[in-house]
Amino acid sequence: MQPFSGLSLLRRGLSGQRGWQPQWRRAEPKASYDAIIVGGGGHGLGASYYLAKEHGLRNIAVLEKGWIGGGNTGRNTTIIRSNYLFAESAALYDHALKLWETLSQELNYNVMFSPRGVMMLAHTVHDVHTSKRHIHANRAAGVDNEWLTPAEAKAFCPVLNIGDIRYPVLGAALQRRGGTARHDAVAWGYARAADSLGVDIIENCEVTGIRRDANGAVEAVETTRGVIRSPKIGVSAAGHTSVIMKMAGLQLPLESFPLQALVSEPVKPIFPCVVMSNTVHAYISQSDKGELVIGAGTDAYTSYTQRGGLHIDNHALEAICELFPIFRRMRMLRNWGGIVDVTPDRSPIIAKTPVPGLYVNCGWGTGGFKATPGSAHVFAHTIARDEPHPINAPFTIERFRDGHLIDEAAAAAVAH
Amino acid sequence: MLLIECPYCGKRPELEFGHGGQAHVARAKNPADLSAQEWADFLYMRSNIKGVHAERWRHTHGCGRFFNALRDTTTDHFLATYKSGEPQPAVAAGAVGDGGGAAGAPDDGGRDGGAGTGSTSGDRGGAGGGSAEAPAGGAQVRP
Repeated sequence: MQPFSGLSLLRRGLSGQRGWQPQWRRAEPKASYDAIIVGGGGHGLGASYYLAKEHGLRNIAVLEKGWIGGGNTGRNTTIIRSNYLFAESAALYDHALKLWETLSQELNYNVMFSPRGVMMLAHTVHDVHTSKRHIHANRAAGVDNEWLTPAEAKAFCPVLNIGDIRYPVLGAALQRRGGTARHDAVAWGYARAADSLGVDIIENCEVTGIRRDANGAVEAVETTRGVIRSPKIGVSAAGHTSVIMKMAGLQLPLESFPLQALVSEPVKPIFPCVVMSNTVHAYISQSDKGELVIGAGTDAYTSYTQRGGLHIDNHALEAICELFPIFRRMRMLRNWGGIVDVTPDRSPIIAKTPVPGLYVNCGWGTGGFKATPGSAHVFAHTIARDEPHPINAPFTIERFRDGHLIDEAAAAAVAH
Repeated sequence: MLLIECPYCGKRPELEFGHGGQAHVARAKNPADLSAQEWADFLYMRSNIKGVHAERWRHTHGCGRFFNALRDTTTDHFLATYKSGEPQPAVAAGAVGDGGGAAGAPDDGGRDGGAGTGSTSGDRGGAGGGSAEAPAGGAQVRP
């Protein structure tokens, strides 16, 4: 791996940017591995990196049916925060946020993490109560979150319209450590770092079956590029988790929905933070290219089509235009959908499965990007040790049987 | 936006409807007899099929009635809609229904991704018992 530094950038810059090498190898599948990760998004690539770096495994493959980072890792709105209500969630998401803060240095790759602050608006008395409850719970758990008056919210985001609208802004909860990162760079940075530790990243390799031995344990995966043996298989396949797990005879509490997002034409810097509104359902930030990045909602029905109805985007834009009148004449460049796997309690599953050697990291629903480093880190621990890290111990499949839900669905009442 | 054919009212835009989740999930006749795992299966476990999905819709802003539909989740094309209590019709995946919906090519997963799953929602274990909604000898979907 060629390390990046100020000096290396200067040297290549002065020599016409020649001499750069590919950032990771184009690996061919071997006959067997010590561990296989199914799914080459940020979560899967990150898990392979931590398996190699912290758990001493070197003979690892990441299998990706398309190209790495081409699924939800490249389709989200890049928002990072950890202000979840319940202690289990706050611990998991804040574990991720702490890793985000040093991830560029860790990977020697600029993921452009920008803690510009995430401001969540309150529009009703109920919103105010809920927001303050979140703030108190977060602060008790050691997670920063603070209450802003409408005037303070407007000072933090000057283009925000706080009055004279159907749902006026009554205040906001601000997490200053939250922000955004460049999502492609997260996939590329983890891929490059994992590759340098010997991980084989195998693209265009779709898993079509899971083979199990006489005891029921996994022994191999069947793929479009042949059979690959491994005693440990970690599935990190987002919206397609149900499809993969069915190959091992398992059904999970998941439903896959299209989640849409859109970006505007690029403009000069105008939007200094991330603003989210659960009540009128809009979230928005500005990318470093200048596009407004706008998150819309999920469609009502399950689907694997990676697209949805235009009325979903219209609904988000109506809210944006009301909250930010300055954007009313902007044009949208493109919209797209990603398939998100949603659990009944809107909390993820990072756990062992009833099938020996099979592990799953799924159920991130509409908010998995923010958790990428933390999720990958504890998933690697779970695979390597065959037992969960204390942080992901509550996020089992069995919680739906035992009634120990981590009910962020009820806490947020919307996609989050 | 999908164009959905309500069996009572005809074709209407998606905005008039609410999605009711997987169809033919039968509630047990004797709920007190279920184990915790059987309750979890009934309440939470879903087929989440990539392919032909039997699902409930409600014509919320129309007649208000529930009905069932078969929709290919790789294309969003409706293959059939039918009234609650009627058996699940036999249709083939890839047969384009006249329900319309989002046009365009299948995504990268393609239609074959969901084929051969062979599992209809009617055969879910754990729910126990039967109900008026269970397919009474209805043809199984074998895409």
